[in-house]
Amino acid sequence: MRSGERNEALHFALRNRKLVAGTIIVAVLLVAGLAGPMLFDHAPNDYVGPSMAPPSGEFWFGTTTFGQDVFAQFVYGLRSTFLVGVLGGVLAAVVGMVVGFVAGYRGGWADELLTMLTNIVLVLPALVVLLIVNAYLGVRSIGVQALFIGLTSWPWAARAIRAQTFSLRSRDFVDLARLSGVRTPRIILREIAPNMSSYLFLTFILLFGSSILIAASLDFIGLGPTEGVSLGLMLNNAARWSALQLGLWWWFIPPGAGITAIVGALYVMNVGLDEVFNPKLREM
Amino acid sequence: MRRYFGRKLLIYGLTFFVAVTINWMIPRFMPGDPVQSMLSRANVAQPAAVEAMRAHYTAMFGFDLPLWQQYLNFWGSLLKGDLGISIWLFPTPVSDVIIRAVPYTLGLLIPSILLSWFAGNRFGAFAARRKWLDNTVLPVGYVLTATPYMWLAILLAWALGIVAGVFPVAGAYGFDLRPSLSWEFLGSLAQHWFLPFASLFLVAFGGWAIGMRNMIIYELEADYVDYLRALGAPARLVRRYAFRNAILPQVTGLALQLGVLVAGALVTEIVFSYPGLGHLILQAIQNQDFFLLQGTFLFIVIGVLIANFVIDIAYVLVDPRTRTGMGGAA
Amino acid sequence: MALNVTDLRVYYRTLRGEVKALDGVTFSVADGEIMGLAGESGSGKSTLAKSLIRLDGRMRHAGGTVELDGREMPLSDDRGMDRFRFREVSLIPQYSMSALNPTRKIGKMVGELLESRGERPDRAELERRLELVGLSGDVLDRYPIELSGGMKQRVVMVVSTLLNPSLLIADEVTSALDVSSQKAVATTLLGFRDRGLVTSMMVVTHDIALVYQIADTIMVMYAGRLAEKAPADVLVTAPRHPYTAQLISALPEVGVRHEDRRLTGIPGSPPSLLKPPEGCRFRDRCPLAFDRCAEQPPFAEVAPGHFVACWKAE
Repeated sequence: MRSGERNEALHFALRNRKLVAGTIIVAVLLVAGLAGPMLFDHAPNDYVGPSMAPPSGEFWFGTTTFGQDVFAQFVYGLRSTFLVGVLGGVLAAVVGMVVGFVAGYRGGWADELLTMLTNIVLVLPALVVLLIVNAYLGVRSIGVQALFIGLTSWPWAARAIRAQTFSLRSRDFVDLARLSGVRTPRIILREIAPNMSSYLFLTFILLFGSSILIAASLDFIGLGPTEGVSLGLMLNNAARWSALQLGLWWWFIPPGAGITAIVGALYVMNVGLDEVFNPKLREM
Repeated sequence: MRRYFGRKLLIYGLTFFVAVTINWMIPRFMPGDPVQSMLSRANVAQPAAVEAMRAHYTAMFGFDLPLWQQYLNFWGSLLKGDLGISIWLFPTPVSDVIIRAVPYTLGLLIPSILLSWFAGNRFGAFAARRKWLDNTVLPVGYVLTATPYMWLAILLAWALGIVAGVFPVAGAYGFDLRPSLSWEFLGSLAQHWFLPFASLFLVAFGGWAIGMRNMIIYELEADYVDYLRALGAPARLVRRYAFRNAILPQVTGLALQLGVLVAGALVTEIVFSYPGLGHLILQAIQNQDFFLLQGTFLFIVIGVLIANFVIDIAYVLVDPRTRTGMGGAA
Repeated sequence: MALNVTDLRVYYRTLRGEVKALDGVTFSVADGEIMGLAGESGSGKSTLAKSLIRLDGRMRHAGGTVELDGREMPLSDDRGMDRFRFREVSLIPQYSMSALNPTRKIGKMVGELLESRGERPDRAELERRLELVGLSGDVLDRYPIELSGGMKQRVVMVVSTLLNPSLLIADEVTSALDVSSQKAVATTLLGFRDRGLVTSMMVVTHDIALVYQIADTIMVMYAGRLAEKAPADVLVTAPRHPYTAQLISALPEVGVRHEDRRLTGIPGSPPSLLKPPEGCRFRDRCPLAFDRCAEQPPFAEVAPGHFVACWKAE
């Protein structure tokens, strides 16, 4: 029965146009980000070409005012965008899961306290907090940027997971485990988490997308990584060096389109997966 | 209901407390002597400014005092409304700089939030009705909501501002104008306002439309809908009820999205050099004006808290369950 | 004759093909008759109940006719069915606890529902009906969340019967309740018929013991087909179909509540309805099976009002 369900899910997954389309877009961009940089023997910020050249066979996405290769920056930028999305998303998901599981499963004062904490972090505007932190502490590597993003964007996930845990904790199989003396962390890991694995995965996808968007905003404001490239930083540079006024559309269109494509595809994947996991939403 | 508001106010009070504490703590994590490093990082030309700042910082932080006293002093000056002196616009007090910028940000945010919310909900509910509409609205909505605010702003500025030349792309009014109540000035204000507003509106609209569409689809699966249909209720009544129920999570969603919307406004202002809080933040960062940055931060937090409270009140108005004292969501 | 069902077939669309959940059933329910409809889950009893009021998106009306008071109901025409719903045929759903719109006061919801059906809401009548089930008129000014589960169920029962339908379908209405509430619900249903608020009733249940207390007749379904229909006491005391017999013998004693698993406690399991086997579908589990069972037995009247689909029943 279990494997039957899985086969059925797979069957629906392969037939779900949203899921397939979203996955393909993400996969293509991921491959571009991973393999793309190998095409170049120069660093993305090197001055390799003529200034302000429009897209051509040599420079697919044209060059910047300084003669940097926009396509090279784009593929390197994709790489850091995925990196910040995955790191920030994983961290936020982990914090959200720990808080949500503990609050939902333990209840009582632990729940009160954690819910209070969640609500406080939830109301604080994440980007504005990050602005302050980054400006003072000079957070300038992708890893640390992702760390701070993860630490500020977990609350809604915690809230959702808490609610789910709450409804699972009184189920028979959880009671059974508890009565047979299984310890709490094990119950959470073995009994509760697997029963909401699809939900957790959906949550992670949304956190992945939102990490990318937050990072892009920070980069755009000028609080992004100092070394290296990111799509947000490309937008920042394009705006700062008047790409608009100079009509260098090839400089600011690709990075934004890249972010939109990744995040949009993630969202569409999310809906597709939701339809696959939730039989009620399946189209017949 | 009193309990509901009591809890909410407690959360907001605590949040404010946390925000102030963050504001107080962060400079203490800076490597080295914060006063010295802030002074050296600030590129201030006038020596008078440097001295005034040093005095101010020292009085404000009071590093020679015990920590708890430093902390209390910080609260003390905050409650007096003293946010320090701006370095970028020395010697204007930070609070004055902020007060001047706030109307621009609110002028963008409030209409774009409210209009996108209303229009998005209507449209999303409408889209859920027809298959073909749903199939076209859905992708467009997802693209819009996945678009970084600044990118849509850049695209609009480029397409409608620079290429088509229909709208101006920088500032809040013409450079040759002085603020006054003339038609000319108001016209220019509206012209400059439109693009930043439109880009905020569009991104947020996509999100609300998608959210509503998904909520409606869930609601149409609900038992009460099944019952109504079994009793032959016309689609009109079913849709009305589903909409009414689906709007509740959208109100909660509005509170959850506030931070994102504010962030969107900040970067949009930066694109259009629109003289609101986002513009201040950019200037503060570029001029290492930490007082201004911190002041803006506090201001935004307070604004978000107030907005949250307004939404809480609205929620009570739309969800009867909170009024009957039986709990309900949020 | 209130309800005449002839060779009704309703299939479920699934990935692996069509599930023949209702595969040719023919029966009738007389005016004033309360018919219990029993069977295990998957027997087709819920499909039958749903088909008579509203097919859901995955169900297909594959054949057969349903006549109510001499008019044929257009099962697959959702709009056309609206004319019958509520007025002619009505439903007390299984999910009474969540059947009311949570954001409308009950009175307002009922009013809007009635107006949308072109009926004039009559508050006095509504209050009178509520009193019949032991509720005061105040509940109309309350939100569903302010009512207990039992109260909500009674409200739903009142709403469903408000237009005096010819046929009332009660779908597993008692399964979520404790014993005393079950009795109360059963009595209320009986009261609806006796007061003439509804003409006939179909009480879908897995609990023969309970339905026995109120039903005039009981019909047993197995694997998408009818097994037996007989006056309630005949069916319980002298069943002719081996499946019914096993069901009854699994009851501890009439009047004592038993659980669903008792019904499924018969060895073996019902056949897949994706590709149902030829002949009698109970064959594999039947102790009396013989060669002729490879051929489908007709649902034949073996005594007045007693129908059985079994070769050995004659």
